[in-house]
Amino acid sequence: MTMTPDQIAAARARVPRAFRALLPVRLRQIALRAGMLGLFLWCLYDFDITPARIWIGLERLGTVLSFMFPPHIWTSWEAFSEILKGLGETLAIAFLGTLIGAVFAFPLSFLGARNINRLTFWRLGARRGYDVIRAFETLILALIFIRAFGLGPLPGILAIAVSEIGTFAKLFSEAIENTSEKPVEGVRASGGSRLQQIRFGIMPQVSPVMLSILLYNFESNVRSGTILGIVGAGGIGFLLSDRIAAYKWDEAWSIIFLIIAMVYVIDALSGLIRTRLIGKTDLAR
Amino acid sequence: MTATADFATQPGLHEDPVTRFEADFAARRRRARLAWLIGAAVFLTILALTAWIGDFFKITQITLPDGSRDWRWIIPAGIPRLGEYISQTIPVLRWETLGADIGEWFWRWKTWLVLLFETILIAYMATVVGVIGGFLLSFPAARNLAPNKWVLWITRRYLEIARTVPDLVWALIFVFCFGVGPMAGVAAIGLHATGALGKLYSEVNENIDMRPLEGVKAAGGTWFDQIRYGAVPQVLPNILSYTLLRFEINVRSSSIIGYVGAGGLGQEFRTAMSFQEYTDLSALFIIILVTVMLIDYGSEKLRHRVIGMEARP
Repeated sequence: MTMTPDQIAAARARVPRAFRALLPVRLRQIALRAGMLGLFLWCLYDFDITPARIWIGLERLGTVLSFMFPPHIWTSWEAFSEILKGLGETLAIAFLGTLIGAVFAFPLSFLGARNINRLTFWRLGARRGYDVIRAFETLILALIFIRAFGLGPLPGILAIAVSEIGTFAKLFSEAIENTSEKPVEGVRASGGSRLQQIRFGIMPQVSPVMLSILLYNFESNVRSGTILGIVGAGGIGFLLSDRIAAYKWDEAWSIIFLIIAMVYVIDALSGLIRTRLIGKTDLAR
Repeated sequence: MTATADFATQPGLHEDPVTRFEADFAARRRRARLAWLIGAAVFLTILALTAWIGDFFKITQITLPDGSRDWRWIIPAGIPRLGEYISQTIPVLRWETLGADIGEWFWRWKTWLVLLFETILIAYMATVVGVIGGFLLSFPAARNLAPNKWVLWITRRYLEIARTVPDLVWALIFVFCFGVGPMAGVAAIGLHATGALGKLYSEVNENIDMRPLEGVKAAGGTWFDQIRYGAVPQVLPNILSYTLLRFEINVRSSSIIGYVGAGGLGQEFRTAMSFQEYTDLSALFIIILVTVMLIDYGSEKLRHRVIGMEARP
């Protein structure tokens, strides 16, 4: 079944575009690739990334990694309870941050849904508003809240809550838009007011989706809650950055492993709750 | 026969259907109410516990206007301080001297512009690192494409660790290894992006049509040939869209990663905070906000075009 070069040449002559794209398309591709490669090389130069530096860095990384085994085990209850308290604080930050964010986002989300808010101008304004809130960095918000409330988990909770308002409002309003109009029409036909239409027509459709979004964002907030401590907003991150600053790598690795274990457990639990309450659905993905 | 016998002797079968329905309904209602009650109790307990851990009930000392100290609940004590702080960061802008005032507000704009450029470059480099790493590892991490079980297991664990540890923690470690500067930031965000992208790409890979791969295999292709000519053309549009999304996330990360010394605009936050240059903070905040929103907007437009490309046959 091998083809001779003649046959290939014949095929190429018959259907040239199966073998090569048109010239402008090719030129555009070449320009794009050259641009990306050029930017990459310029970055290497600008950031002073040389093989020597990479080699030295990897050597030091090897030293750091070598502290992973044997893992550090806290022998005294005092030391270990501090770590446990940090993990608990991180969970509290994620839980309350998600909850407070959702409570504030819920009423706001109706402003951005097409089937509730029919004034296009206001709806688009609300949507831009969500985007602005979403663009706030959690860590920068935490820095601001630390000034007002002092070090500790409270600024972390508020930082997550504020940045989650935008996310939740956007996701909730999309969930509300994706509902069917038929139950609403049913409630209207039996004489329900607009509020009753929303309560009995739309809410039963969106509440499982909202719950799923809540759990999913709770998982992601557990992850972001671990870093808030680096700027002083409480949680396990505070202990971790403290250990790294003191070059106690063995303890730092043990804390990192505990964080990974905690994230696993939370993901598994929330997945369990999601499937139990909602059934297997991928609506919120 | 026994089943029907049981059925016949069941109590209540010969009662009238309405009573039976009502009894059944009442039982169901009781159960639902009990479940609600237990659920609400658990929820409230968790709420109270987390609020207590989260310092919501903390009593803190504040300074009253007449100079004396007093103990107050933290929430009402903090809110005026928050307002005060935010009003400090807002610069004085007068209509008559608007240009000069804005010039004074953004007085370090040359430094900031350079650092902003560096921030975007860090995000770009980290995306490149993440795409290369994630793309290469996504094939051994996909259940249908992995050459064998062990490779699958090891790549999956590696990707999980890379993405579960936050990029800021990687940055703390890499600043020690590579020294202060953007190289540490590239390594940190790149490693985190590898983990995240590797997972997303491998999920894309698991959803592909296996027939083209079988075709390549039948024509005598090796594992690499199968991936290159069978899998890659199918996953490319999705991968492009995920990559753009990741670039947005990386810009956000790189804008703050300088806080721990890994290059970019974040280090200016630290400087401004320690020198108490409050108006600088609002200027930086606006710069980052505008950059993030512009990049989000541009990449969203691009992504919609890419997804449109995929939808076309």
